[in-house]
Amino acid sequence: MGLGSRGAAAAGLGAASAAVRPGPPDAVRHPVPTPPPKGAARASSRPHGMVVKAFFPTCCASADSGLLVGRWVPEQSSAVVLAVVHFPFIPIQVKELLAQVHQAGRVGLAVLGTWCHRRQEAEERLGPFLEGLGAIFSHEPWLQLCRERTSGLWSCKATRQQGPTRPGVKDQVMLVFYDQRQVLLSQLHPPAALPDRQAGDATASAEGLAAVFDTVARSEALFRSDCFDEGPVRLSHWQSEGVEASILAELAKRASGPVCLLLACLLSLISAARTCRVFKLRPLSFIWSKLSVCGQLGHRLEQLALVFSTQKAESPAQLMRKANVLVSVLLDVALGLALLSWLHGKDRIGQLAEALVPVADHVAEALQHLLQWLMGAPAGLKMNRALDQVLGRFFLYHLHLWISYVHLLSPFIEHILWHVGLSACLGLTVALSTLSDIIALLTFHIYCFYVYGARLYCLKICGLSSLWRLFRGKKWNVLRQRVDSCSYDLDQLFIGTLLFTVLLFLLPTTALYYLVFTLLRLLVVAVQGLIHLLVDLVNSLPLYSLGLRLCRPYRLAAGVKFRVLEHEAGRPLRLLMQINPLPYGRVVHAYRLPSCGCHPTHSWGSLCRKLFFGELIYPWRQRGDKQD
Amino acid sequence: MEDEQSFSDICGGRLALQRRYYSPSCREFCLSCPRLSLRSLTAVTCTVWLAAYGLFTLCENSMILSAAIFITLLGLLGYLHFVKIDQETLLIIDSLGIQMTSSYASGKESTTFIEMGKVKDVVINEAIYMQKVIYYLCILLKDPVEPHGISQVVPVFQSTKPRLDCLIEVYRSCQEILAHQKAASASP
Repeated sequence: MGLGSRGAAAAGLGAASAAVRPGPPDAVRHPVPTPPPKGAARASSRPHGMVVKAFFPTCCASADSGLLVGRWVPEQSSAVVLAVVHFPFIPIQVKELLAQVHQAGRVGLAVLGTWCHRRQEAEERLGPFLEGLGAIFSHEPWLQLCRERTSGLWSCKATRQQGPTRPGVKDQVMLVFYDQRQVLLSQLHPPAALPDRQAGDATASAEGLAAVFDTVARSEALFRSDCFDEGPVRLSHWQSEGVEASILAELAKRASGPVCLLLACLLSLISAARTCRVFKLRPLSFIWSKLSVCGQLGHRLEQLALVFSTQKAESPAQLMRKANVLVSVLLDVALGLALLSWLHGKDRIGQLAEALVPVADHVAEALQHLLQWLMGAPAGLKMNRALDQVLGRFFLYHLHLWISYVHLLSPFIEHILWHVGLSACLGLTVALSTLSDIIALLTFHIYCFYVYGARLYCLKICGLSSLWRLFRGKKWNVLRQRVDSCSYDLDQLFIGTLLFTVLLFLLPTTALYYLVFTLLRLLVVAVQGLIHLLVDLVNSLPLYSLGLRLCRPYRLAAGVKFRVLEHEAGRPLRLLMQINPLPYGRVVHAYRLPSCGCHPTHSWGSLCRKLFFGELIYPWRQRGDKQD
Repeated sequence: MEDEQSFSDICGGRLALQRRYYSPSCREFCLSCPRLSLRSLTAVTCTVWLAAYGLFTLCENSMILSAAIFITLLGLLGYLHFVKIDQETLLIIDSLGIQMTSSYASGKESTTFIEMGKVKDVVINEAIYMQKVIYYLCILLKDPVEPHGISQVVPVFQSTKPRLDCLIEVYRSCQEILAHQKAASASP
């Protein structure tokens, strides 16, 4: 065909002549469909042809005439236009470029049609020439988009080689504009499940609109050459508005390699030192596991090792996680340094140390008053005098010992606090964990009282339950794990009943002591719990993702939204597709960092049950602790 | 082609339904609620300030009055931005999907788009709401696992709650487009 040789000779704009054969004979229709008569809009004689959706990038709307290059998705009868190839071009080179992109991104691109951006009636002869190009690059259906420069009116048609079986039926074209840069950079949540990388030339089978995102993301190789480049093919796409790059970003990328290597070595040294020392000495490892500071430090070390690992992030989710961890650590250290400067200014550490011993004294005095009250007639209840005095004196002596120890330590407290305060430079979370540990150490006597009271109460309850069974003539069968009847001797019954009565009448006294000390212990646990909650919050909040959602909302996409653009009767329907950003709650949910893992392991029901039976409650179990 | 009609919601308030037919395959329905009335705003503000003044006379602390002003302002802003919906729009595009937009009084818009591949049908359902039985329009979504099952029911016009006559208008238009869509997907 004459057209073929013309195409091979790099056809120019002015070469169109009357010898150019028009396109496929039967499917040519009037480029501007006549507007339907008013009132017939809702008539039943609507065209029932296929609706072809053409996704057109907004950056190409002002590009010069040329060929449309993109991907055709037959399942949704939509054509995703990626770029416009300008004249002059050699068809072989265009096909080569498309094959290259296909190999690089495994996405099947093709020439979809022609694009005509013309002045009114000035380049009329271009029309038939463009139609003729359909013979070189055959594609089903062949799109012809046209825009008038002055009026900005659009017209489009889609023609098929094999005409539709029903005559008088036409394909409608719906234009959907999309911002190519935003679609390229955004990530859909939830991510569409993509087939394996090894699947030969199988292109992405993402469902629905995710296919558009996928196509654009995989065609990065297409966007490397531009209409201003000297290459064989001149393209127009989102980079035509100016190639984006940042010197700082490039420098950071170059520098990150050696820096990561150095820091990774350092971190591995630290973790090696940690592992070899801890498991050697028994008492040290016990203290290590009880202090929450050590848990927090270990957690931070793990996170830093993840960030500075020399492996590249495999998926966008991993990259986000690395970025989140880095920002979280930086913020933590910044807040910690601010706290440090506040503490060390104006001799606040000295003031704190001076206030600490009187506060401890005050607490001890309050406890003494409490014990005196319990030894009297607390809340009008009548206690067993002897037991009351014994327990009260025992606890008072314990308290006296504790106060003496605190007074012994008082000259050293300022130094200790000063050095411990330095740990704030490692981060606010470390400082808060240290605070929680200090509170635990200072209220150690309350913990001891709680343990004594609980053990006593637990013993009493055990004794009572087993003697209650004896009272009724039953016993606990350990082999069968159930209650069996048993015949006791008379002296056994006598002693048993006596002991049962004694324990029963001593129960209110013990129960009261247990109640009071459990409440105190729960108060301390609540304060520590609040601090841990705050530490957890700083640890797990994904700040980088939240910042990205605030400043670049199109990067995190929950979906898309459409807006109908100005519509004139007779013109094709034009829609603008925008990215619907992810709501903040879902951002936090999706990118939450894993926290330290020190969560309370009890439900409310089991907690109440343990309290009732006097079993000891350990509110935090570190990961890897044996269950008691 | 645009056209406006007035209906009423389940409580008797006035609603305005605007219909826009962009093309035979693209239609938009826009329901507008009555705006925030000056009367209710004044009533709430007066109540809050009277309560604050009462507390002030008890406690003699002027912080209560400034706190009351703060609370009123923040409450009003929060109400306009998060609670009061001015307009609800349903845009149905053949072969693309259905989009629902709620515009709040402060200008915020929240949009949900459901692809046509996931839509099974649009129906009018009945529900018991407080002491009434009301009709509401909802979109049924397909279950990816079971071909004839329904995975989710998405109600439309939840804040404006129009009555059955309005719903029937919207329903008829949606069914026309869905029928066309089904015919197109059924044919090879």
